[in-house]
Amino acid sequence: MATETIVWLLPLPPLLAFFLIVLFTNKSKALSHSIGVGAALLSFVGSMVVFFRALSVEHFGEGEHIFASSIPWLPTGDTFLRVGVQIDPLSAVVLFFVAWTILMIFLYSVGYHNFGQPKGDHDHPGLPPHGATVTDAHGHKHTVLSVEPMYSRFFAFLGLFAAGMYTLVISDNLLTLFVGWEIMGLCSYLLIGFWYAKPSARNAAIKAFMTTRVGDVFMLLGLAYLYSATGTLSYREIFYNQEVLHHLAETSSHVFGLSAAGLIALLLFIGTIGKSAQWPLHIWLPDAMEGPTPVSAMIHAATMVSAGVYMVIRIFPLLTADWHGHDLTTAMSVVAFIGTFTAIFAATIAVAQNDIKKVLAYSTISQLGFMISALGMGAYIAAAFHLVTHAFFKALLFLGSGSVIHGMEHGVLHTGNHHVDPQDMWNMGGLRKKMPITFWTFLIGGFALSGFPLVTAGFWSKDEILADAFAHGHWAILITLSTAALLTAFYTMRQITLTFLGEPRTKEAEHAHETPWTMTLPLAVLAVFALGYGWVGIPEHFPGLGGLLPNWFHHFVGATLLEHPEAVEFSPIPLGISLLVALGGLTLGWLVYKDVKAGQPDPLQKPLGVLYPFLQNKWYFDEFYAFFVIKPMTWISEEFSYKWMDRQLIDGILHTVAQTALWIGSSLRNYFDKPIINELLGDKLGAYWTFQPAGRALSKAQTGRVQSYLIGAVAVFLLVAAALYLFIF
Amino acid sequence: MIDASQVIFLLSAGLIVVSAVMVVSVRNLVHAALWLVSTLFGVAVVYAVLEASFLAVAQVVVYIGAIAIMFIFAVMLTRRDLLSKSEQTNANWVWALGLAAIVFVALAFIISGYGASLNRLPAAMPEGYDPISALGNALVSPEGFALPFEVASVLLLAALVGSVYVALNKAKE
Amino acid sequence: MIPLSWFLYLSAVLFSIGLYGVLARKNAIAILLGVELMLNAVNINLVAFWRMGNLALMTGQVFAIIVFAVAAAEVAVGLSLVISVYRRHNTVIADELNLMKW
Repeated sequence: MATETIVWLLPLPPLLAFFLIVLFTNKSKALSHSIGVGAALLSFVGSMVVFFRALSVEHFGEGEHIFASSIPWLPTGDTFLRVGVQIDPLSAVVLFFVAWTILMIFLYSVGYHNFGQPKGDHDHPGLPPHGATVTDAHGHKHTVLSVEPMYSRFFAFLGLFAAGMYTLVISDNLLTLFVGWEIMGLCSYLLIGFWYAKPSARNAAIKAFMTTRVGDVFMLLGLAYLYSATGTLSYREIFYNQEVLHHLAETSSHVFGLSAAGLIALLLFIGTIGKSAQWPLHIWLPDAMEGPTPVSAMIHAATMVSAGVYMVIRIFPLLTADWHGHDLTTAMSVVAFIGTFTAIFAATIAVAQNDIKKVLAYSTISQLGFMISALGMGAYIAAAFHLVTHAFFKALLFLGSGSVIHGMEHGVLHTGNHHVDPQDMWNMGGLRKKMPITFWTFLIGGFALSGFPLVTAGFWSKDEILADAFAHGHWAILITLSTAALLTAFYTMRQITLTFLGEPRTKEAEHAHETPWTMTLPLAVLAVFALGYGWVGIPEHFPGLGGLLPNWFHHFVGATLLEHPEAVEFSPIPLGISLLVALGGLTLGWLVYKDVKAGQPDPLQKPLGVLYPFLQNKWYFDEFYAFFVIKPMTWISEEFSYKWMDRQLIDGILHTVAQTALWIGSSLRNYFDKPIINELLGDKLGAYWTFQPAGRALSKAQTGRVQSYLIGAVAVFLLVAAALYLFIF
Repeated sequence: MIDASQVIFLLSAGLIVVSAVMVVSVRNLVHAALWLVSTLFGVAVVYAVLEASFLAVAQVVVYIGAIAIMFIFAVMLTRRDLLSKSEQTNANWVWALGLAAIVFVALAFIISGYGASLNRLPAAMPEGYDPISALGNALVSPEGFALPFEVASVLLLAALVGSVYVALNKAKE
Repeated sequence: MIPLSWFLYLSAVLFSIGLYGVLARKNAIAILLGVELMLNAVNINLVAFWRMGNLALMTGQVFAIIVFAVAAAEVAVGLSLVISVYRRHNTVIADELNLMKW
């Protein structure tokens, strides 16, 4: 099959799976997950074929050496809006990790939702399963995990989500990218609110949807501006066309002295702020942890948040259109600032979180900040590289945390103490013996996240970002990101120590249990990538290792840009920083938390003082928004729109009209009918004997029936029309 | 001599008139609504004869697909009188019939008063002229009918909100 | 080729039948059915005049489309009123709704 055909077909299997499951097979759990996983597998195979064919093309990405195909879609005046697919080096590597993670997440969901377990005793659709009682051969009663009541529905949503992501990756224009983007937005809403009977999940779903909507509106504005300025939304025609870029860079947008290119890039970037949960729209992502864990992995690692960064990487030529390689432009500075600030800001919050998934959520925000910051300072390759490695190890960590929670739930069911939160790390400890596979893979993921030197993928990509910041002399960024990296290593080790090391702090942790193969296999596969993927991007001049393996990633992805980016010169200083923060943070984390006993408060609580609750409460951002955004909004809608505008102004006008009519009526009655007709004519002149019968006779005409009035009206109309016709015309 | 388009017109006109009479005369309201569908379909054919293809399709989709179906739903929701075999006309129906007849006579009188211009025949479509794209342009271009078009959409929105509000069962709240 | 007058007479017939329905039917929904007939009669006229007149002037068709929109709005509001009335008075017979009688 032609490669282009395969590319066109990639989003199709998950989409079909969605419809099949929703329409036909939702009664059968086995059939539904077979269809779901089968569809993911089909797309996966297709993606791998595309990826390896791309590898075999020489000079892939340069000029016409890409897979592209498009069709005319919407007629817009004289031209057609074309939509199509394209695979260039950037989308090829993104496709690679998307295909792998999606397949792994589908497989993992089978185990996570307890397929094969009995039905729950009193499970309810919309609530997480509570467990089922079974009697074994010896007559003992056990409480075991029960299967998710809405199992099929989950796979349907996951399928739609995957279809959205594939659409986004294979698009050759910003319009279909936006379509995929919004499909994922809808699915994230549906999946975060998957357990819709939980109020917290419902609220989290709404929060996620509304917050990302803020970004999407600006993104749509950016798309509209771009379309009106260039007449097209295709990547090839905008980002690979020097004339268009030059024109956009030269045109002033009349806003803050930005060029048109800068303003469009910033507007689109606001979409990313929403989607990739950057400060100040980061608030939805931690709450989104209310969804089932595979969803967290899907949304927060593999696909949706990556989509935001992917989009910025896509529009990189636009962002840097008026950049000449030295001082950052206004637009780039904004991007760099947001990214850098988010990186450090989220890292500090992650240090004080107790929920195993919340730590990862803030860590994701922080890592995405690293990528955005890299893009802001022009480090294209480093950002793309970190995007890919991060997707692997963060998916691994999320799935690992899901496995931990699953194991803890097993323990909770065993002891029957439902007050123990299976997600709170302080209830864990010592899980390495109970869940060895989960432990080792989580350790790999955690080390990759911290940037453990040489062996993990995270080291190479993070080091590249720091090296870029150093080479271009962005000291503020370098220092901030290094601090963030130190914190990252620290909170990662805190998490690993609290969860897996030491002794179990609760009975539940003692009875935790390793999860089934459908969950551990994805962990193992992702762990391989979390280790190995870094080796494709080792800088050429790295001491010892450099040059052993070609810096494949740089050459391959670099070909996406018109001007191939230069590799930064090797310098031992960023490497030293990178080693120092990773190892230092890990050691520190281990030292602080290794001896934590049950019931003991966080050892950080004392030294940090008032800072600790500040961090634990996420810098009070939710409260800030509640006071400065939500409250004024409610006030405006209630006091202004409802009470003033609707009740007083509009109703007031209508009431005035009614009052006027009433006033005319009562005036006629009081000043005409009563004194003149009744008293003067009727009583004084004695004409009452004619009025009364006349009134009685006429009142028969007032039947109160709408149709008799209408008959009268039509009759009069005909008479008047006839009269006009006869006497005037 | 009668040509093909005239045959089609006469057939559809017959369908329209017969079904319209049925709409206003049958006792069972569901049947009346179904006869309305038949009338509307006849009108769609007339549009097609007039080469207003967009309107013909819109007639089928919007009128038959949405409006007529809504009628049928409303009939079913107000079920008490659905199977009523009683008289379906009010006491004044003779007056109504008379007035309707007078209106028809008056209209026919006015129409016939225009004489020869009535025999005007449709001009052939100019080569390459696409009424659908012309209609599309007219609807959205600011020199055309963009404003009425937008106002119509606001009207529909208002009707949507209003009808939900009016039909809402407030007793249940 | 069909002369203009045919359409006009057809429209006049349809309009009169609709008018009869509006004036004579007891059931409120049936009255609305009659209104639909009248609106369609108007539309036939509009389209016929477009076809016989200047083809480049789309006013006739545009008007017909606006009539569609108005008809949809009218039916939506009218039927919801009927349903609301039915809920309160348990009837849709127009004659029984004589609260306006003095």
